[in-house]
Amino acid sequence: MKPSGRRVRSLFLIVGLSMLALAGCNDPKYMPVLSPQGPVARSEYYLILWSFVLMLVVVLGVFVIFFYVTVKYRARPDNKDYVPPEIEGNAKLETLWTVIPIIVVIALAIPTVAVTYKLVKPPKVDAATGASTAKTLTIDVVAEQWKWVFKYPAQNIETVNYVNIPAGVPVDFELTSAGPMNTFWVPALGGMEFAMPGKDLKLWLEADHPGSYEGRSGQYSGRGFSQMTFTVNSQTASDFAKWVKQTQQSAPKLTQQDQEQIVKPGTLSHTLTFSSIDPQ
Amino acid sequence: MANTHSAVHGGHHPVDPSVPAEYHSEENSLRIAGFWIFLGSDLVLFSCLFATYVVMHGSVAGGPTSKQLFDVTGFTIETIALLFSSFTCGLATYEMRRGNRNAMIAWMIITVLLGYVFLGFEIQEFVHNVSIGATMQRSGFLSAFFTLVGTHGCHVTLGTFWMISIIIQLAKYGITPITARKAFIVSIYWHFLDAVWIFIFTVVYLTGKVI
Amino acid sequence: MSGIVNWAVHFFMLDEGPLIWLSDFLIGIASVGIVVALTYFKLWKWLWDNWLTTVDHKKIGIMYLIAAVLMLFRGGTDGLLMRTQLSWPNLHFLNADHYDQIFTTHGTIMILFMAMPALIGFFNIAVPLQIGCRDVAFPYLNAISFWLFFVAAMLFNLSFVVGGSPDGGWTSYPPYVENAFDPGPGENYFLVSLQITGIGTIATGVNFLLTILRMRAPGMTLMRLPMFTWSVLITSIIIVFAFPVLAVCLALLLIDRDFGSHFFTISAGGMPMQYVNLFWIWGHPEVYIVILPAFGIFSEVVSTFSSKKLFGYSAMVVSMIAIAILSFIVWVHHFFTMGAGPGVNSFFGVSTMAIAIPTGVKIFNWLFTMHKGRIEYKSAMLWAVGFIPNFLIGGLTGVMLAVPPADYQYHNSYFLIAHFHYVLIGGTVFGVFAGLYYWWPKMFGVLLNERLGRWHFWLFMIGFNICFFPMYFLGFMGMQRRVYTYPAGYGWGVINLIETFGAVLMGIGFLVFVLNILWSARYGERDVTGDPWNGRTLEWATTSPAPHYNFAIIPQVKGRDAWWLMKQAGESINGPKGIPFKPIHMPNNSGRPIIMCAFFFIAGAGFVFQWWIPAIIGLIGVVVTMALRSFEYNDHHYIPVDEIEETEAAAGRL
Repeated sequence: MKPSGRRVRSLFLIVGLSMLALAGCNDPKYMPVLSPQGPVARSEYYLILWSFVLMLVVVLGVFVIFFYVTVKYRARPDNKDYVPPEIEGNAKLETLWTVIPIIVVIALAIPTVAVTYKLVKPPKVDAATGASTAKTLTIDVVAEQWKWVFKYPAQNIETVNYVNIPAGVPVDFELTSAGPMNTFWVPALGGMEFAMPGKDLKLWLEADHPGSYEGRSGQYSGRGFSQMTFTVNSQTASDFAKWVKQTQQSAPKLTQQDQEQIVKPGTLSHTLTFSSIDPQ
Repeated sequence: MANTHSAVHGGHHPVDPSVPAEYHSEENSLRIAGFWIFLGSDLVLFSCLFATYVVMHGSVAGGPTSKQLFDVTGFTIETIALLFSSFTCGLATYEMRRGNRNAMIAWMIITVLLGYVFLGFEIQEFVHNVSIGATMQRSGFLSAFFTLVGTHGCHVTLGTFWMISIIIQLAKYGITPITARKAFIVSIYWHFLDAVWIFIFTVVYLTGKVI
Repeated sequence: MSGIVNWAVHFFMLDEGPLIWLSDFLIGIASVGIVVALTYFKLWKWLWDNWLTTVDHKKIGIMYLIAAVLMLFRGGTDGLLMRTQLSWPNLHFLNADHYDQIFTTHGTIMILFMAMPALIGFFNIAVPLQIGCRDVAFPYLNAISFWLFFVAAMLFNLSFVVGGSPDGGWTSYPPYVENAFDPGPGENYFLVSLQITGIGTIATGVNFLLTILRMRAPGMTLMRLPMFTWSVLITSIIIVFAFPVLAVCLALLLIDRDFGSHFFTISAGGMPMQYVNLFWIWGHPEVYIVILPAFGIFSEVVSTFSSKKLFGYSAMVVSMIAIAILSFIVWVHHFFTMGAGPGVNSFFGVSTMAIAIPTGVKIFNWLFTMHKGRIEYKSAMLWAVGFIPNFLIGGLTGVMLAVPPADYQYHNSYFLIAHFHYVLIGGTVFGVFAGLYYWWPKMFGVLLNERLGRWHFWLFMIGFNICFFPMYFLGFMGMQRRVYTYPAGYGWGVINLIETFGAVLMGIGFLVFVLNILWSARYGERDVTGDPWNGRTLEWATTSPAPHYNFAIIPQVKGRDAWWLMKQAGESINGPKGIPFKPIHMPNNSGRPIIMCAFFFIAGAGFVFQWWIPAIIGLIGVVVTMALRSFEYNDHHYIPVDEIEETEAAAGRL
């Protein structure tokens, strides 16, 4: 019996299979978390990469010892008479493998804390261009059962199951829920945040370029949860301004009836657009 | 029979006259220690209820606040009754150590009666609250209030039943290492409830009357 | 009349389709079959006298493990149903409601009705033997703990065919699980059955804490305890302080649902986040409650099959204590995405990473226990060796999850699912299988078959990796947990299909295990020595299965690995020849625990359906049975010397 040989083979098989499965989908849209499309997702991506590299080093180190020990010291017919020594421990070695994880944890903790603080608010000055990013757009997000409602208070626009944002501008999403908890997640633009009843949690996201990104709820909220998806359309500044204007002029006002339709539990397979926020 | 009551372990403690009767066997000492651990666990339970109450104290949802609701005379009488019962419970233990069964039973009966005085006032307080619409369905604050104080009240109620059963056993068998152990454990429980009440008195009633 | 029929049809879920009819049929057949078999073979008395009323830790342990394996089957079936549904985009094998119920029962059963009882089963089987005593500190309470777990598990499983299963996920976050969004008895089943089993678990914690602290054989100092017993000691401490939090958390939600209060509702000042805090203040220590005993099992197995002392014993103990302390200060990492400030998130992120340090120490100590050993790859050892790389992957992805900004992306995604299955299967389930192969001869006097054991291991281990490794990638691809179906076009389909294939392999592995049990019961090698693995700790010093009283004479312990030392010195477990036996004092069997827990069941059902009369009857029954116990004075008996001599002679120990 050669368990280790078989184990190596099975590991290769698994990794190979996964790679194969992924090879067919190297388009960035298939791996949104690993192909970030905005500054928030990019900071998160770099942390993911850094933590992955650190962990890979540990994995490789331990695997080398693991395979060395499990193969070399296996019981064989020819070492029947071998009597293993009784070893209590080894202070030097034990200190070593206490210190190494501590170093790894420190190496991970420092950028972690830095980025955690960094992601709270959009920076005053864009790191790449040096331009001021004082201009932000605020959008109130309400998780309904099971739809996403986006309200533009300054523009007096409401959309359901899609949201248009200008590229290159930090967008403040203010999240809340009218019912169960949900999380608001646009993997290509950044990680998720809870939408909870009675609370307003802030999440800022920004898209580098015009494009269309999938958004979904990450927190199970009942029967229609799987269909609770939305699209984020990032547009150039002028396209966005045009859309705002057009919507304000031509989209219908939100009526009491529309509002009831939105609040009523159920999924919605299409999108809605209104030129007012409060039902009339 | 009592000293041979040592359990599965097999080790017998020699009877040392300086050791109180409730510790007169390995099993007794084991059970008392076990009960202390259980109280630790119960303390965590109350801590969670306290934490929830403190967090929800302001969630009155337009309903009555603690300041409007709490009645100083009522909770003062409750406090005095329960604190005094802890004292009489201590006297019962003292008489137990002196081997004085009748005095012990008498003090335990007084303890139980004081417990019922406490419960009576608490129930009256609850009934009054409900009658003015301050029910546990009214607001988050009231849910937390009734649950915290009510859980303590349930503990006291069970404690009185338990103490009565010990009184019966004492009357039947006298003070033996077994009944001594049982009486001792119920007394620890009673003092524990008193300690919890002191926190309820300060955190819920006194603080609630101020803010 | 038709009203009653309609009610009954709905109550028994006959309107829910063939899945329920099949379950009804199978449950009916199985129940009738058991009753008929017991009656036909006249086994009712045997069952009652030997099992249902027993207070013997060894038998209680066996009952825990049987129940846990049955629950593993139930939870595994749930898992396979979920994998089938997800294996391709837009499938409608299950509808959303059924899928939601199944992922809820899968999680709840696997953690609270499979992992917990399996490990507590091992507490019972091994701890009193390992520390050289005759039973746990409170044998009667121990029986109550088991029956509380058992009736809770039955109540929970009943939900599948009566009234509907809970569908809020095993974490069951309000306000979704409040009456406003989730009416019906389903969620109440979750709350009540966990409450009942939780009470039993607290009792178990107190029991084993006291057993280990106070009932060790002479010479068995704390630093001579076998490592499994150490892990149980630490786990018991965590249980005692963590489980009351769960009790409060569940009780408050049940009060909301049954009595209309406003702890976690949206209206009237309820605070759903308070539930989340309470749940995880219990929930994170719970993770360590189910992993530390598995660490203990691996320590025993690795040392035994390497024929070597455990490397770095003190460091192992210290790291377990460190893990236990840290486990109480990391709970916020379950909700970095709930808007706590960066300070809070940073603190809990770093404290979570810190757990990697003691865990790393343990991994290296296991590796160096094997180093210079002579490793015999018996089935138990295969699981222990397989645990190291798999758990390593799970643990290190856990460190990745501890980075709050990265967690914003992983949270509730399949990356998280992959992580916790790697630690819970790679750690706990592998540990349970290692323990089963290791202690099986001690429990039943029969060895499990090695060849089938190897098949079981390789099928399950490979299947497990095929099923869960690709999930890390699904997380990066944006697939979130608990979706019952997904559209085509995201590239998720192929990966999910591969995973389902892996899950089927795990299922086959489990069936091989069942086959192994059946085969070995009939043809398995009998363990006549009581020490089939050349063991090191005291449980191997006695017969397999151990006599009712465990040890005729309480052994004198002279160091770590006490039995190993005795064998080296050529000593008998009964000490020098000629020590006379004394009558042994043992607790009596009692039918009261099972009756009391039946009352718990009645009360529980009352709270589930808001039937207040059964609820009150049940609670009164519980109080009355407790009071009756208080008046019971004659609850012990002596095993006479003749009987001990006879047993010891048969074991060749005279």
